[in-house]
Amino acid sequence: MSVEITNHIPLKAKDFASDQDVRWCPGCGDYSILKQVQTVLGKLGKKPHETVFISGIGCSSRFPYYMETYGMHSIHGRATAIASGLRMANPNLGVWVITGDGDGLSIGGNHLIHLLRRNFDLNVLLFNNQIYGLTKGQYSPTSEENKRTASTPLGSLDHPLNPVALALGSDATFVARTMDRDTKHLREMLMRSDAHRGTSFLEIYQNCNIFNDGAFFTFTEKQSKPDTALFLENGQPLVFGTERNKGIRLDGCSPKIVDLNDGDFTESDLWVHDENDLYKAQILSRFFDDPSENKHAFPRPFGVIYQKNRPCYEDMLLAQLESATEQQGEGDLDVLIAGRNSWEIK
Amino acid sequence: MAQQIEQTDVVIKIAGDSGDGMQLTGSFFTGDTALFGNDLATFPDFPAEIRAPIGTLAGVSGFQIHFGSRTIHTPGDYYHVLVAMNAAALKTNLPMLRKGAAIIVNEDGFDSKNLRLAKYDNGANPLEDNTLEGYEVIKLPITKLTREALADFELGTKDKDRCKNMLVLGFLLWRYNRSFETTVKFLEFKFQKIPQVLEANKKVLLKGYHLADTVGEFTSRYVVKPAKLEKGTYRNIMGNDALALGLIAAAKKSGLSLFYGSYPITPASSILHGLAKHKNYGVKTFQAEDEIAAICSAIGASYGGDLAITGTSGPGMALKAEAMGLAVMLELPLVIVDVQRGGPSTGLPTKTEQSDLLQALYGRNGECPMPVVAAKSPSDCFEAAFEACKIALQHMTPVILLSDGYIANGSEPWKFPKAKDIPTIEVKFAERQDNESPFMPYERDENRVRKWAVPGTLGQTHRVGGLEKEDLTGEVSYNPANHQHMVKTREAKVDLIANFIPEQKMDAGADSGELLILGWGSTFGICQSVTKMLIKEGHKVSHAHLRYLRPFPKNLHTILKNFDKILIPELNNGQLCKVIRDHYLVDVQQYNKIQGVPITKHELFDFAKNLFTVHRSPFTIKKCQ
Repeated sequence: MSVEITNHIPLKAKDFASDQDVRWCPGCGDYSILKQVQTVLGKLGKKPHETVFISGIGCSSRFPYYMETYGMHSIHGRATAIASGLRMANPNLGVWVITGDGDGLSIGGNHLIHLLRRNFDLNVLLFNNQIYGLTKGQYSPTSEENKRTASTPLGSLDHPLNPVALALGSDATFVARTMDRDTKHLREMLMRSDAHRGTSFLEIYQNCNIFNDGAFFTFTEKQSKPDTALFLENGQPLVFGTERNKGIRLDGCSPKIVDLNDGDFTESDLWVHDENDLYKAQILSRFFDDPSENKHAFPRPFGVIYQKNRPCYEDMLLAQLESATEQQGEGDLDVLIAGRNSWEIK
Repeated sequence: MAQQIEQTDVVIKIAGDSGDGMQLTGSFFTGDTALFGNDLATFPDFPAEIRAPIGTLAGVSGFQIHFGSRTIHTPGDYYHVLVAMNAAALKTNLPMLRKGAAIIVNEDGFDSKNLRLAKYDNGANPLEDNTLEGYEVIKLPITKLTREALADFELGTKDKDRCKNMLVLGFLLWRYNRSFETTVKFLEFKFQKIPQVLEANKKVLLKGYHLADTVGEFTSRYVVKPAKLEKGTYRNIMGNDALALGLIAAAKKSGLSLFYGSYPITPASSILHGLAKHKNYGVKTFQAEDEIAAICSAIGASYGGDLAITGTSGPGMALKAEAMGLAVMLELPLVIVDVQRGGPSTGLPTKTEQSDLLQALYGRNGECPMPVVAAKSPSDCFEAAFEACKIALQHMTPVILLSDGYIANGSEPWKFPKAKDIPTIEVKFAERQDNESPFMPYERDENRVRKWAVPGTLGQTHRVGGLEKEDLTGEVSYNPANHQHMVKTREAKVDLIANFIPEQKMDAGADSGELLILGWGSTFGICQSVTKMLIKEGHKVSHAHLRYLRPFPKNLHTILKNFDKILIPELNNGQLCKVIRDHYLVDVQQYNKIQGVPITKHELFDFAKNLFTVHRSPFTIKKCQ
């Protein structure tokens, strides 16, 4: 990573907190994410002045104001493009992009896919609350079908976008999902995002308690979570359920939910998670039905779905500059200006 | 021995199919002309389609060169010589021929198919009827001669035919009493990796050059002596190339890395191409996914401490507007290059226009002032680009640099500077601070310029953004008085740049008089020519050409008051006129041409002259028909 970890007294979360009053609605999931980010940066020994948060527009995009680091609250959807430029100017900075489901997937969707394929070394935290909060509650690209909102009184007609599948489709090199209400998992995923060299795409399920309260309760609340959330661990079988009594088995290319108690299958028969396997990651990304509506739906995967090492754009760009300089020598302005054919008038 | 006729200047138009290599022919002839020592101006004219159907009127591509032993200001209105490779090329260019002009035609481009595609009526052939009466017509079977020259070459007919432009070039070099050695060198460089193609082109070039010996019917050769240019070292340069060099020079002279984020768009793309070649100068080029990402990546790079540039044309400017507003709020250095083309919407991508001036000045939401500078000629793009970077860096502001398709693709000799004579651009970064006193990102100097505090610097962590800033602290502020104060401050910062730019000088004529021709951008050459013609006729006319369109030079008002009448010729519907009237409450006469092509000397001369003949009567606004 760009920021050294050694020889440094770990900072506390409060060292990364700016003096600004946080102005999210009381009870908003953003508070939890802010706290965990501040904690993790301290733990990792990051230096505030070498850390930059860049956001677009929306509730989540207020985030940089609350961080005692460098920060830019930019324009709607473009944080990804701005962060790319910043990495090309200074590849020694730790850069975090804060975006939401509207900012990152609707108005900024184009920049997001191109960021992911180019693989700049930065971290994207996509706060998904399946609603437009700052504009007072219109449906978003991730809202479920038939959602009744201010702009869709008869129900929305849009089919929801699957952010993890989109990221994989854009050849992202790190794709993970977590939730605001599981702070331990959230911290773990933030650390993994930071550790990955390349663009880390972390989707965070975040509750908007004003306009879309409980959108993810199926996955985040104690009573339903064990049966609906599948926590991925590399090298471990896919097991879930209140008593770890259920698993996912691959039957050819088709995933199947199996009961580990009925004697037909044991954990050794199950699909073992391999975060470097793109094909399996693609299947996992499609575990997207809502278990509260469909009893047979697969559980929603949380954790690192896919990770791969691929050269970063800015590294290759700087390598091109270096090799051009090596081959042609450092550019001489006089030579450049004179061109190949000049003449003198005496 | 052919007789030699001396000429002071010549306008040649070389026209053919867009696949006929007319641009290459033109640029080789230009290179030779420049090295020979003539003053010159060129103007390529090509269709938006890469390869329009062969032989059609839509597919005609042309290259115009005006060269002389005297000072050349423009590529010329009417042609002395037309090279027409087919019937369509002849038909399109015929209206622009001078009386008695020479027409060199490729007879092989006038078969029934070509005539039909050029929409000549049934059976009509301009080479055989009286269409070309009064012209000197030189008919050459160019395709046939090319194939003959290459009879021994193992090339397909299609490849052989692609060499036919060299036959024309060879003939032109002979006709203008040049040697062919320079062109052979150009060919050797261009085709160094394909020896067979090189040999074929050379062979055809020489065949064209010696045509007069073999055909024997050409009796006249022409001599255009070298021009008396100022002493110095020269090269020929196109506008976009000069612009790219100006950006690199500014980066070198400010000690910063150059970042260029852009999305391909006609006619700005060749700036990206030009810069991408110079990676060993530390130039970072980034082809973004769209116009918005292009400017946003540049904003990010500027935030990170690079000299950041984005380049585009009109439609891209529209897309970048919101991000320009962000750059104004952030008060970061940034140069936005707009190589204007015909609009609105997609408009006329390959044709020229000056119709983005109002967009550059006002085309953003909110009160959003930005300095605007304009280049006046191909070689001037160097200085204009350098100047735009300097203003951006020293006044912490985005700057718009206006060029247009005419100067972007046009070329002229350039007496270029030595690197050591180019001034250094001082850049002040915010200095390192301890953590004791809070950092004030929006603290300003006496010119209202804030500090450039780059991430990575200890003791300066701060947040910026598009929301209104509180004075000094840069925190978000909805305070009503603060907003007004900040709007006024941002405006004052831009207005104060007037203290740092040179006063307006007269480009021709006296400081006062009857008529001031006030221009900006690519009309420089034509304004110069027309002013000098009018002065010659005894009129008290002057020409002032604006580099700075925001802020205006401090003495502009005085200049305007010193003339009875002001004429503003523009390739738009009167945009500078609006601004001048608004700023100075003076009346101006406007001459507007909105045809995608430059103003001609004769039309502007006639219009300006008319201003003198209708003494003391109220002027009517005459628009170009």
